[in-house]
Amino acid sequence: MKILIRNGRVIDPASGLDAIQDIYVAAGRIVAMGQAPADFHANHEIDATGLVVAPGLVDLAVRLREPGLEYMATLESEMHAAAAGGITSLACPPDTDPPLDEPGLIEMLKFRAKNSPGPRVYPIGALTWKLKGERLTEMGELHEAGCVAFSQADTPMANTQVMLRALEYASTFDLPVWLRPQDAYLGKDGVVHDGVVSARLGLPAIPVPAETVALQTIILLVRETGARVHFCRLSSRAGVDMVRKAKADGLPITCDVAIHHVHLTEMDVADFNSNCHVEPPFRSQRDRDALRQAIKDGVIDAICSDHAPVDDDAKEKPFQESEPGITGVELLLPLTLKWAREAGLGLADALATITSKPADILGVDAGRLAVGRPADLCLFEPDATWTVSEKSLRSLGKNSPFLGHELQGRVRYTVIDGHIDYKAN
Amino acid sequence: MSRNLQLTEDGKLRHLLTLDGLPARILTQILDTAESFVSIGDREVKKVPLLRGKAVFNLFFENSTRTRTTFEIAAKRLSADVFNLNIATSATNKGETLLDTVANLSAMQADMFVVRHASSGAPHLIARHVAPHISVVNAGDGRCAHPTQGLLDMFTIRHYKGGFHNLRVAIVGDVLHSRVARSQIHALTTLGCPEVRVVAPRTLLPRDVESMGVHVHHTMETGIKDVDVIIMLRLQNERMQGDLLPSAGEYYKHWGLTPEKMKLAKPDAIVMHPGPMNRGVEIDSDVADGKHSVILPQVTFGIAVRMAVMSMVAGSGA
Amino acid sequence: MNLPDPNQLIDQLAERIRPRLQPECALLGIHTGGVWVMEALVERLGVDLPRGVLDIAFYRDDFSRIGLHPEVKPSSIPFEVEGRHILLIDDVFYTGRTIRAAMNLVFDYGRPASIRLAVLVDRGGRELPLCPDYTGVKMDMEAGQNISLEQDEGGRLRLMMKQEAA
Repeated sequence: MKILIRNGRVIDPASGLDAIQDIYVAAGRIVAMGQAPADFHANHEIDATGLVVAPGLVDLAVRLREPGLEYMATLESEMHAAAAGGITSLACPPDTDPPLDEPGLIEMLKFRAKNSPGPRVYPIGALTWKLKGERLTEMGELHEAGCVAFSQADTPMANTQVMLRALEYASTFDLPVWLRPQDAYLGKDGVVHDGVVSARLGLPAIPVPAETVALQTIILLVRETGARVHFCRLSSRAGVDMVRKAKADGLPITCDVAIHHVHLTEMDVADFNSNCHVEPPFRSQRDRDALRQAIKDGVIDAICSDHAPVDDDAKEKPFQESEPGITGVELLLPLTLKWAREAGLGLADALATITSKPADILGVDAGRLAVGRPADLCLFEPDATWTVSEKSLRSLGKNSPFLGHELQGRVRYTVIDGHIDYKAN
Repeated sequence: MSRNLQLTEDGKLRHLLTLDGLPARILTQILDTAESFVSIGDREVKKVPLLRGKAVFNLFFENSTRTRTTFEIAAKRLSADVFNLNIATSATNKGETLLDTVANLSAMQADMFVVRHASSGAPHLIARHVAPHISVVNAGDGRCAHPTQGLLDMFTIRHYKGGFHNLRVAIVGDVLHSRVARSQIHALTTLGCPEVRVVAPRTLLPRDVESMGVHVHHTMETGIKDVDVIIMLRLQNERMQGDLLPSAGEYYKHWGLTPEKMKLAKPDAIVMHPGPMNRGVEIDSDVADGKHSVILPQVTFGIAVRMAVMSMVAGSGA
Repeated sequence: MNLPDPNQLIDQLAERIRPRLQPECALLGIHTGGVWVMEALVERLGVDLPRGVLDIAFYRDDFSRIGLHPEVKPSSIPFEVEGRHILLIDDVFYTGRTIRAAMNLVFDYGRPASIRLAVLVDRGGRELPLCPDYTGVKMDMEAGQNISLEQDEGGRLRLMMKQEAA
């Protein structure tokens, strides 16, 4: 399959390229940019006039809900939704049922993903057996089976001895550990930020120290072990300040934020909307503003969707009984563009947070446009508007706090490995 | 959204879910209407035919014989047919979801649901899913709201103090876990009470409680000094010992209301308690049964207030 | 239409009621207009009979159509109803539904020996088998017309006619 993508505005955040150019794709790779190579006869041409041609999106947290949670969504449905969102590579957290703690499960997931159209799938292995925080998993074996990193997903780790040893063991193989900083006791059973809304509505609260106490512990252990740690889903201003300082000290850490935390605050929970039930919780406006600033400063490296499709039955419950999580693969691009517009940031800088930077964290060859690189592309119309609705979302999860919102930025084509995996109607 | 959910387009009370965000006009109308129902308790026939033929379902997902009984009396005095469902022990144990239960009961021609639930916001969820002719009255949800209790407390205060504009009110005890306290705070601030205090150790106060418009005190000495109204909150047994409080004894010593501490308040101060009381834990018997106490009238007024709320929401579909 | 002066009507009513008064009589005015008429009648009759006020809001048969009246006043019957001869007083008699509600209310206080009805105006259009025992004036009015008793700031009563929008 040879594809010619004509006349698009090509943006490669990593190199700073931003120009109207043609792109030539053959055998799954970008074979030329600008000038046609000799003897290139395209089987297919895409007229990209008016479109931005960007690297395919790299999403650091997408739950495909397999194995075990197929009642919420299926691998096929979510892979398709991700492709429709312009995502070409994604990382799967290990919080499946059972959790991704055995090589067989990783192989099965890789096999299922390979045989289904859609993005490249990179599993994150469980750091401990059953995510219980007690016994280490066979990280060496899991790595060989295809895990690119290890994580506790949303389960906190109470035992700091196990944490220290897990970091030491992972660093033996030079494998990164991804941790969402969350204390095992502070804010246990909490569902919202410990602030004005929890005071008013009487919902059990999660205080900021639930994040910062855990961050401090992990940072000290990183200092001790030199292990590579990626912090997932920062939510607070105090947390951002700690990461800023640790990075300035030269620690080998990176961090991400979920796109919904860039836009929403605790006030959005005020009408008991269970689609705003998310971990970590939406915090105050000051916290949200600090997250926004930190992405701009580069303290926060990447933005992810933290995609968690949840079925209606699990959401249509009183807030504190509802399943946490937000469906997000299809909103990652438009919500990132919205943030960039509001923050006065150019397209290239905005796209870097969802392409080249997360690709670096994942340690995979993705998120860049250059000759010889994999042909993973996202072609979008930056000014096209659309309304988020249960119907417009392809994910089986309709659990979005943005239902009814009009967003700007619409994916027209997603090219993965040189194939057109998604084309908008 | 919860605001709109409670009112019809022309501003009538449609459901009663929380006092948070209800306009003073509605609160006052409920209290005024309740005034007319108080005297019915003194008549030969203690009933009016207002809700004749209407089916009121008491949906108690959390047991509370007291509250359920006051709602039952109120509904019966309005001539409604009352059905008590103790769901804590039936449907949800069989795996039925909350909304399934509600849909089933709606199919039994219900006109009103009185809902008690352990989770904050459960009545809001039900109100969002019921048919247009069904009203929902919150009889206590999680730590969020107990609006009829808040209203009957306002009725009691207005009855004894004439109004709210010159009052100093102290709410003493476990505000953190109290739906009653939240409803009282919203009502008092909406009705123009200039000084609402909360008095408790820091473990029993929400972190940002000041954002609700109250003054925080940690000792009774400053907290009930010169107040007109003292509202004591119930301390749940399971919270008396643990990581919130070391012991009931220490709590009583510091925050229990004794005749000695009563002297700090104004001489004509009234003492209220939503019940049931823990004598010797949050309140001394001499205070509970003493001349300042209006705890029993509160219960009587509670029926009139619930009649007022039920008749207003039942007539809002018109 | 020239409307009659309510004060003259009350004078005439008082003269008709006077011969039938008994010692165990009590008066009940229906809120609001009936209470004004009752007070004016008591002045003219010059007797100190027990009297009370009825608000029939909780007894209306149109509750499910129009809901609860936003300004309900407490009913007050400061005497024993049991065995009493009661004179019910209202300003305008129309469908009879108000009187039906008022009688139900009275019976919830006890069993009276008798109930009679005095009204200022019988405007026609009754829908129930009830009619006043004492009437100030009978008028035949159309369905879209509305007559009501008003009191000005000086306490003077007058009748007002309104045409309802079709």
